[in-house]
Amino acid sequence: MNGMSASAPPTSAWPMYRALVGIGLLCGLLIVSVFELTRPVIERNQAEALQRAIFQVLPGARSSATFRLVGEDRFEILEGKPDGAPLAYAGYDADRQLVGLALEAHGMGYQDVIRLLYGYSFAEQAVIGIRVLESRETPGLGDKIETDPAFLANFERLDVSLSDDLTRLLHPIEAVKHGTREHPWQVDGITGATISSAAIADILSQSTSWWIPRIRRNLDDFRIAE
Amino acid sequence: MSGDPLWSVFVNACLINNFVLAYFLGICPFLGVSGKLATATRMGGAVTFVMLVSSICAYGINLGLAALDAPYLRLISFIAVIASTVQLVEMFIKKVSPTLFRALGIFLPLITTNCAILGLALFQTNKGYGFAQCIVYALGAGTGFTLALALMAGLREKLELANTPDVVKGTALSLMLAGILSISFMGFAGLGG
Amino acid sequence: MAGLPSHEDTPGTDEFIKGLWRDNPVFVQVLGMCPALAVSNTARNALAMGLATLFVLLMSNVVISSLRRFVPREVRIATYILIIATFVTIVDYVIQAISLDLHRALGAFISLIVVNCLILGRAEAFASKNTVGRSALDALGMGLGFTTALLSLGAVREILGGGTLFGLPLFHDAFQPWVVMILPSGGFFTLAGWLLLFNALAERRERRATLAAEALR
Repeated sequence: MNGMSASAPPTSAWPMYRALVGIGLLCGLLIVSVFELTRPVIERNQAEALQRAIFQVLPGARSSATFRLVGEDRFEILEGKPDGAPLAYAGYDADRQLVGLALEAHGMGYQDVIRLLYGYSFAEQAVIGIRVLESRETPGLGDKIETDPAFLANFERLDVSLSDDLTRLLHPIEAVKHGTREHPWQVDGITGATISSAAIADILSQSTSWWIPRIRRNLDDFRIAE
Repeated sequence: MSGDPLWSVFVNACLINNFVLAYFLGICPFLGVSGKLATATRMGGAVTFVMLVSSICAYGINLGLAALDAPYLRLISFIAVIASTVQLVEMFIKKVSPTLFRALGIFLPLITTNCAILGLALFQTNKGYGFAQCIVYALGAGTGFTLALALMAGLREKLELANTPDVVKGTALSLMLAGILSISFMGFAGLGG
Repeated sequence: MAGLPSHEDTPGTDEFIKGLWRDNPVFVQVLGMCPALAVSNTARNALAMGLATLFVLLMSNVVISSLRRFVPREVRIATYILIIATFVTIVDYVIQAISLDLHRALGAFISLIVVNCLILGRAEAFASKNTVGRSALDALGMGLGFTTALLSLGAVREILGGGTLFGLPLFHDAFQPWVVMILPSGGFFTLAGWLLLFNALAERRERRATLAAEALR
């Protein structure tokens, strides 16, 4: 970039422009073609991965639909690409009855941000499944939040019922020491990964506090005809 | 993700997820330049500055690419901006302080291929940071980089006088030091709260 | 990067072989370390990263070599970077199309291939001055050398740190994984270990060469 050998005559402007612009156009063409070629495949992969995650956190779901938040607490089916509005994924069983909603949440874990998807059931007023989407917790310790069966069992029916005025959680979700879980709104922590476990509890607590009051006001928005 | 408080973004970039010791970015200058403490700190300063400028430009580029709906041009735009920034910084240093310019030598243009700067632009894009967060993130990353470089330089200066076996001298020794430093920085995890 | 004087079997194979051992990018030239350490926590990631880098290296070497008479000296670095960035973008989308899981595991480090000193170095040192055929062989050799180096790091870290190789468990449940191997420090230590081995072998080779030379006197 700096060097220009003293012996060679300096190149005139035209060959330089020709090279830069010509190669630039060629590269641009290549990139755009590959992008267009791979885009349908990538979108299909992403849709399938999302579908799998939704079915995992909403046991019994056979189909799903994506809803976006409109205004303060109404929901409508998402048409086209997401535009930044918060999204909720509804899961329906074989009889087209609503199983629950899958919601995304994120927050700070021990090492870095944790992103997860959790399933909420109206009927049981509880979280019925979670799946960690992204985490960088300590391997062998913190990453047990993804694999430890005893920890994941916490979320088969994690109580998130609302207070009488439907504005907040009756009992905020909290993590407790391993083996001391007494109430259905508590999360039994993992020994040696207390902070990661607490992080999951915090993330769920904050997310459910925000989402569930909004969802419960207009449940019918999620019921689909036919 | 853009809800992170500024102090948390800084501490995260500088200590908890230090760019060199946790993400393995910027290893080449880390192992190469860090022989002397003075050069190391100045290199760190130059990198921090380039990071700051690149971070701001990357934020702008992302806005532009979103408007044009051309995400595939991201990498090329980032690297073009970084290369130009380094070129400008080089000319600036050459004019203002020729001694520093000579001391940094080949490592100044090599900042362009410094993974840390491109990595910064890519990470802040993935995390969806807002403008203020980008600036703090760049400052934090640069400070963390300088910190790692300074620590390594100090250690190596001390080891110059020690009796190390020939087989270990050089890169192997620096890597082992880096490994130990990395373990010690793991102690910062959990600071983020 | 001068290397020892070589006996050329044929000019072609030497271009290929030197990248594997004598001028191995990671262990001898100590280039391209950032990705080497970052994504080598499992063998699968290491292999994928190595192959992605090989692809970019091969394609950019070929393209740069075929355009070498067309590009004036002053703008050569800019055009090299442009071409390399193009192929990195391409490989990024291809990996996304093949496996989202793999793409998430490698993350931003796929894009970081563009600043891998190895690729720009080969373009500048070799592809800009040699025919397309030889540049391709050079790229293949360096790329394979890089991949094997990454694989050796990844395999050691995965076996010791998780007890698996490519996801298949190797030891029975009583094996206590050495977790530090998966962590960044493990990457540093493993690479240091391999470098030590290489240094020790090189030193022994030199000592034998001097002994042989002295014996002749």
